[in-house]
Amino acid sequence: MSMNDKLAMMANQIARNLQARGDETAIAETADHIAKFWDPRMRKDIAAYLEGGGDRLSPIAAKAVRRLIDRSA
Amino acid sequence: MTYQRQTDHGTPASSLEKRVSLTIDGQTISVPEGTSVMRAASQMGTSIPKLCASDMMESWGSCRLCLVEIDGRKGTPASCTTPVTDGMVVKTQTPRLQKLRKGVMELYISDHPLDCLTCAANGDCELQDQAGAVGLRDVRYGYEGDNHTVQAKDTSNPYFDFDPSKCIVCSRCVRACDEVQGTLALTIEDRGFGSKVSAGLKSDNFLNSECVSCGACVQACPTATLTEKSVVEIGTPDRSVITTCAYCGVGCTFRAEMRGEQLVRMVPWKDGKANRGHSCVKGRFAWGYANHADRITQPMIRDSIDQPWRVVSWEEALSFTADRLTTIRDQYGKQALGGITSSRCTNEETYLVQKLVRAGFGTNNVDTCARVCHSPTGYGLGQTFGTSAGTQDFDSVEDTDVMLVIGANPTDAHPVFGSRMKKRLRAGASLIVIDPRRTDLVKSPHIEADHHLALRPGTNVAILTALAHVIVTEGLADEAFIRTRCDWDEYQDWAAFVSDPKKSPEATEMLTGVSADTVRKAARLYATGGNAAIYYGLGVTEHSQGSSTVMAIANLAMATGNLGRPGVGVNPLRGQNNVQGACDMGSFPHELPGYRHLSNDDVRKSFEADWGVALDPEPGLRIPNMLDAAVDGTFKALYIQGEDILQSDPDTKHVSAGLAAMECVIVHDLFLNETANYAHVFLPGSTFLEKNGTFTNAERRIQLVRKVMTPANGHEDWQVTQMLANAIGCAWDYTHPSQIMDEIARLTPTFAGVSFDRLDAEGSLQWPVNDKTPHGTPVMHVDGFVRGKGRFMVTDYIPTDEKTGPRFPLLLTTGRILSQYNVGAQTRRTANSIWHDEDLLEMHPQDAENRGLKSGDWVKLASRSGETSLRLLVTDRVAPGVVYTTFHHPQTQANVITTDFSDWATNCPEYKVTAVQVSASNGPTDWQENYEALTQASRRICAQEPAE
Repeated sequence: MSMNDKLAMMANQIARNLQARGDETAIAETADHIAKFWDPRMRKDIAAYLEGGGDRLSPIAAKAVRRLIDRSA
Repeated sequence: MTYQRQTDHGTPASSLEKRVSLTIDGQTISVPEGTSVMRAASQMGTSIPKLCASDMMESWGSCRLCLVEIDGRKGTPASCTTPVTDGMVVKTQTPRLQKLRKGVMELYISDHPLDCLTCAANGDCELQDQAGAVGLRDVRYGYEGDNHTVQAKDTSNPYFDFDPSKCIVCSRCVRACDEVQGTLALTIEDRGFGSKVSAGLKSDNFLNSECVSCGACVQACPTATLTEKSVVEIGTPDRSVITTCAYCGVGCTFRAEMRGEQLVRMVPWKDGKANRGHSCVKGRFAWGYANHADRITQPMIRDSIDQPWRVVSWEEALSFTADRLTTIRDQYGKQALGGITSSRCTNEETYLVQKLVRAGFGTNNVDTCARVCHSPTGYGLGQTFGTSAGTQDFDSVEDTDVMLVIGANPTDAHPVFGSRMKKRLRAGASLIVIDPRRTDLVKSPHIEADHHLALRPGTNVAILTALAHVIVTEGLADEAFIRTRCDWDEYQDWAAFVSDPKKSPEATEMLTGVSADTVRKAARLYATGGNAAIYYGLGVTEHSQGSSTVMAIANLAMATGNLGRPGVGVNPLRGQNNVQGACDMGSFPHELPGYRHLSNDDVRKSFEADWGVALDPEPGLRIPNMLDAAVDGTFKALYIQGEDILQSDPDTKHVSAGLAAMECVIVHDLFLNETANYAHVFLPGSTFLEKNGTFTNAERRIQLVRKVMTPANGHEDWQVTQMLANAIGCAWDYTHPSQIMDEIARLTPTFAGVSFDRLDAEGSLQWPVNDKTPHGTPVMHVDGFVRGKGRFMVTDYIPTDEKTGPRFPLLLTTGRILSQYNVGAQTRRTANSIWHDEDLLEMHPQDAENRGLKSGDWVKLASRSGETSLRLLVTDRVAPGVVYTTFHHPQTQANVITTDFSDWATNCPEYKVTAVQVSASNGPTDWQENYEALTQASRRICAQEPAE
């Protein structure tokens, strides 16, 4: 499994486990979780993956990563 | 401390509050009602002669030596079975009593070998002491006629001998096995003159019987009948030191009984608050690894991992290491460096490793082996209660009415606490077990679970949600507790979620494999059976939903008001001795000691001010992320203290690829472990017997570890870390680990009141220890949760991505066995291997028959990650469709099979669910043979040149 695939899988897994709290909460909490627990290089890589299409990210995970990108802009 | 036998008051303490006064030998004493005359006398300093009595067991009244006279009563009652009454007047020594006792003792000695001078227990024998105490000077009966003085010894057990010729049949050993250990292996066979202690059936010896070698019988024996082999070989000890066991998270305290610097035996300390005088086969006996021939005591280095090791001086090793680390830092940046702290090392050592990484390396790439066991506990309990710790002390189990044990096998993995649980269960508490396997708690002598929910691996969240569904929809929730103590809005959201009919036991029955009726009954029992306590282990955490399961457990406890008082709570049973401490000490890459996130400016600044360096506010890499980054080329150097990630971490091939990609792997350990196959530097470690420090057990109890012998390598582990830190430019000058604890205390509010002096004075302290709770905190969340209001968390069941199918139709789950510990580095180097010298694959008879397999066959175990071969054990302990093995032996490498799937929140590996296939095999796989060859090549050590 490539690094991008692994990071996408991890982000999707977080999003799926938070989804029962509602989409908006799940997006916010997924973004917070990644910010709180992921090393900067992992955050950079997942952001680059999204910017490059991010086709394996679930909609909630993609929106969460987008939120992280916007926060750091 | 000069050797003295531990005080034994003869009968257990009374728990009653009412006190009564009595007079013993003219002296008035007040004791709790229910106290025996024997104990009351002992507490005022009068030792009434005794043989069959011990305060570890209920009184027995058989030896007739402890007779006393009581005013107004006829005869001479036994003081051990006579409770005190108000105004009682007792005489313990009169001519009549002296004569009676002497007569009793005369009979005992008439059938006892008179070989005191050559007996292993000479000078440490209660029979010998009591003969002196009663003034026995001769035996009128002679030594002719029938007797028991010449009988064959049973030397089958590797740790102790049984010599029936010295037995006085006091039954202390049998009662210890029954009452303290709860195995009920021993018995008295035959009657009258033929009475004899037996390890079970007449055909049994102590090795092949049900005896678990906990040592309780040996400790209870008042003669040399049951004696440690080490005492037979070395002699009796001449001093003792109180210290803390380095095996599981129970944290038993022991008296290391010494002769000079030689350890004679480890005896459980009766004043130890975690173990209350009990032990298991590991802590009691399995310490021989400390002197094993495999121990490496000199530093070694090599330029590349295909070279043999070169033994060098400490100076050369540290210089080599520092050069490599600084070169890598200069070339790739500080984020290419990292470290792993050990749950087997002390708090002080763990603290120093994380400090080295953060302050010395300049990165937060530090993690700990809790990553692969209890990291979901940290996350889950942090989210719901506000802190990462079990809520109770072990004594709490005495007040428990209902135990819910999920994903834990305490009688194997936490045996001393398992015995306490069984004692409470025998006294009437109810039991619910949620586990795919039929563990010993489900059914064993005098123990039977009220409900065994043998769920399909990977469905923990579904079953806990079904339990919650019953509690909420049947109106069993404790609304008063919830309204007072928890966030009501969040409770309502959660209650609505779990009340969905799709979450009902009936709807999830097919998914979990547990009948709806069983789930409903279990839920009702948990919610209405009185004080209910949840105990859980790695069967909860090591799943893709480990954190969700921990939160689901916390939800159940909050919903039923089972928090904040003795007898209830949420209790993670920690795997290794200092998992709790390693987590407390800031070993995780996102937080500083005391579970405070790096992004908290105030916290970070307090460490920066104390350490004199700027700290990175960003989280670092977790262990699996380090390995990923290594394969990706951005992570190059790793300092590993006391952990063997190649054997313990999942997906071995990925771990080895990560390690092989690094340019500097530093292994700091006792032995050349499996990870050392990929290391460039080996720094020899010290055992728990060779160091000072503290461990923190599963009940947050901080206890001293005391050095009883000089480190074989010349340095305690904290000193090695300090030397490494100074080699890369730090200027640390700790001269004793107490100074490190002082630093921890001044920087960590929950440890504010902890110091070596206080631990020495009080024996132990349970954090938080601060101005609000100066004597520690046995039960947490008494008046409110650490986070304020308890937070209900919605935990949706998400099936794991690890699916069975035609290629891999079975589910593998992994675990531990009593005699071995973790990766086995310690226990495999002891006689414990006699009970478990290889990992076996457990399989249900139906699955075995379908494959034409039988017990003892070599089988190939294959998953999408890899394959290995091991021998089969056919047993109905596991359900059809499920197979089980341990991971104690590197020859098996069970983690070749496990996958890289992990917990969504923490990356804790999903060890407990792997889709596999099992087929016939003719021996080890190619991978195993290649790995063995690699290991042999990697462990080559260059011959040292002779000194000039």
